[in-house]
Amino acid sequence: MTTLLDIVRSVDDPELPHVTIGDLGMVRSVAIDGRIARIRITPTYTGCPATEQIRADVEAAVTEAGYEPDVAFEMAPPWSTDDISPEGRAKLHAAGIAPALPAGDGPVSLDLPVECPQCGSRRTRLTSAFGATACKALHRCDSCRQPFESFKAI
Amino acid sequence: MTADLLTHVLRQGDRALVLSHRLAQWITHAPTLEEDVALANISLDLLGQARHLFTYAGEIEGKGHDEDHFAYWRDAAEFRNPLLVEQPNGDFAVTIARQVFHDQAALLYWESMTESTDATLAALAARARNETAFHLQHSAGWLIRLGDGTDESQRRAQAGVDAMWPFTLELLGADDEGALRADGLIGGSIETAWRAAVAGTLLEAGLRTPTEADQRAGGIHGTHSEHLEPLLEEMQQLARAHPGASW
Repeated sequence: MTTLLDIVRSVDDPELPHVTIGDLGMVRSVAIDGRIARIRITPTYTGCPATEQIRADVEAAVTEAGYEPDVAFEMAPPWSTDDISPEGRAKLHAAGIAPALPAGDGPVSLDLPVECPQCGSRRTRLTSAFGATACKALHRCDSCRQPFESFKAI
Repeated sequence: MTADLLTHVLRQGDRALVLSHRLAQWITHAPTLEEDVALANISLDLLGQARHLFTYAGEIEGKGHDEDHFAYWRDAAEFRNPLLVEQPNGDFAVTIARQVFHDQAALLYWESMTESTDATLAALAARARNETAFHLQHSAGWLIRLGDGTDESQRRAQAGVDAMWPFTLELLGADDEGALRADGLIGGSIETAWRAAVAGTLLEAGLRTPTEADQRAGGIHGTHSEHLEPLLEEMQQLARAHPGASW
């Protein structure tokens, strides 16, 4: 049986269409109160421009399931790349994006070698800490000579 | 006058918004494509932090104002950002010097705010601290490369550091927020830690720490340089030309 939690979790991330917001660990809670469904989501970065779109997509999915959506964003505790599920990490890897290293509590150095998602080599270099979306960094693989993106550990 | 929590939140929100706009002015002008993307990303993070702070300012104020009100419908004299962030971009070295001074202060500020007794600010701080750590890694990395680079890049990096130094003291804490500190709403002074960290970065870059002289301040009290008004004019033009428009 598909639950409302499954439905909310299966909403695609607008900027990373190969993963869902459930894969990314952004869904904090789903509570049903009569006809109202209270959904709590955490943003990845404070300035992530996808949050408005995610809200609209979640509201549409909840409405289609027959509930009245009450969607709010929660900042605490902050989202971490450690919240990405094993399935999410596998999907990112399959899409050519290196999953984040473990983040732990504080900021993580970007100088640690990231494994190339194309050839598996660790002979890679950081090109830039900032990529096409707030959550990713740019790298270059010295073995297969291909550029690739990674999720920044945060 | 003692500053209240609303003033503190606006000072931080204005700091983030004004610097976000300055960095956005680099888009299509940065030295490399990667740098264009990097400055845009940092700008976007700062804009996100500003949006959260302005939304919270509206809740504290209790007059039904949203984030757009604070960004678009206040004039220069109502802005409370420190003077540093409104200074023009200059060449790339000026922008990087400004960014290192700012990012180091912002990182220490957000670290101290994770312990705030204000739950909203503490939650935002936990998020913003880690974003800011990436910003500082980027800006400090550039300052070290510029300072330790060619004669020309070192000359320009030192000129950037010297030009931005007079605006740093104001970044390190307001003189009227003692009551907020006593209540645990904001953290302790970041000045000692900032001076040590920035001295370390300048040393690694082979640059001189400027001598203390002629510090300029006033932005956090609403007295700005001539550079803020044109910036706001550009930023607020669309919202003011079409009030209430959405797209």
